[in-house]
Amino acid sequence: MKPLREIGPGLRTGLGILFFVIFFGAWAVATLGGFVPKTFLADPITMVRSGWALLAEQGFATDIGFTVWRVVGGFVAAAIVAVPLGVAMGAYKPVEAFFEPFVSFARYLPASAFIPLLILWAGIGEAEKLALIFIGSFFQLVLMVAVQVGATRRDLVEAAYTLGANDWGIVKRVLIPYSAPQISETLRLVLGWAWTYVIVAELIGASNGIGHMITDSQALLATDQIIFGIITIGVIGLVSDVAFKRANRALFGWAAL
Amino acid sequence: MSTLSIQRVGRTFPGLQGAAPTLALQPTDLDVRHNDFITILGPSGCGKSTLLRIVAGLDAPSTGQVLLDGAPVAGPGADRGMVFQSYTLFPWLTVRQNICFGLREKGMPAAEQAEIAARFIAEVGLSGFEGHYPKQLSGGMQQRVALARALANDPKILLLDEPFGALDNQTRALMQELLLSIWELHRKTVLFVTHDIDEAIFMANRCVVFSARPGRIKNELAIDLPYPRHYTVKTTPRFSELKAVVTEDIRAETLRAVEMEKS
Repeated sequence: MKPLREIGPGLRTGLGILFFVIFFGAWAVATLGGFVPKTFLADPITMVRSGWALLAEQGFATDIGFTVWRVVGGFVAAAIVAVPLGVAMGAYKPVEAFFEPFVSFARYLPASAFIPLLILWAGIGEAEKLALIFIGSFFQLVLMVAVQVGATRRDLVEAAYTLGANDWGIVKRVLIPYSAPQISETLRLVLGWAWTYVIVAELIGASNGIGHMITDSQALLATDQIIFGIITIGVIGLVSDVAFKRANRALFGWAAL
Repeated sequence: MSTLSIQRVGRTFPGLQGAAPTLALQPTDLDVRHNDFITILGPSGCGKSTLLRIVAGLDAPSTGQVLLDGAPVAGPGADRGMVFQSYTLFPWLTVRQNICFGLREKGMPAAEQAEIAARFIAEVGLSGFEGHYPKQLSGGMQQRVALARALANDPKILLLDEPFGALDNQTRALMQELLLSIWELHRKTVLFVTHDIDEAIFMANRCVVFSARPGRIKNELAIDLPYPRHYTVKTTPRFSELKAVVTEDIRAETLRAVEMEKS
């Protein structure tokens, strides 16, 4: 194989699907063939069946709805504050000097370790889950946006100055449009992390949501349901990822030229 | 009458990590008259771009001052248009939007912007490419848009920092003719930095030769070739004479620069 040589779209899709086929095939052989006890790992057919039962009879759709709402709610709230702050930090060095050390510190605080505190402060309701997603996404977003805005090509900034742009014009018409595609890419990435936080939030002190279903199933040794829950998250993540990529391409076509 | 007056302008860059500061530009005087096309020629690293950046207001002089129509230059502004060596079109804007950038900043009505943009797009020969993005254009086309963008703003003086430096020879020659024809038409005051001798003589009415670092003006020649100039002027005896003089100057400086690098 030649390094870096491109392959056709058909082959690319085919190979991608092939992995899923092998993965599910190996799983089916291991479980249906009796190599792994049912208690530890359910087989794919049972998984699909109990998944259907979950959706049709046990109101799993409501759980999915709650989880999606928590992720999106917490993430959007974080983005609304983090993106403007990140832009301000990237554009103005005093703002960066003021916030950056704290944000860098806060970024390493494990979001899940805040759960006990958040439960004390906000109880086990929605506010606690949203706050956890917020904490998990906010600091990462701020820092990455600040770096991207700060990395705007200096010659473009200088060109804008020689065209008569004032300081605010530089921010509005150079820094923001230049880094917009990368900011959007960062949002996509951090949304993926928000999905991991929401499950952690729902494992503790929740009465609904995908994570709650997974803990309940553990008590019942229902590995089929656990796996179905995990796969559901994966599928939702994949769908939102593709949607984000599509939106990026539609909004920032110039960046892909 | 001088449009631009460069008075004792020098620039010293502070040394990094305790190193001795670098003198990039010795105090320099230069008077640019209205409608002058001045080329600044010098070996690389001689401080010629530094001088141009100071005139643009993108860098501050360590000594001296720059006066534009008698008023001191304190920072960058729309009255001094600039074309850079690197491609500085805004990649998220189309050709037309790039050209309108400065006009929009001035708050000009959209209809008027469009009219001016169309005129300059035609002037640099890019009609039909209005809706293209910079990445869809060749290097030469991008620099033509950059030129149109600077001209559309109607600056008092046009500053060009090796704008054709990254282009191949043939494209470069065509760009020189284009710029010259635009200058003959609009009679803009131009300050053009280059290290290409032919380019410096072909377009200028005055050619300023810089010494090796620390830069200073070593020689100043009036280029007495008549305008309008055709590219065939490059094969005339007078052009060769001027080129011989400038080549000697530059060669001596380049040798000095190489010697300095060794020591």
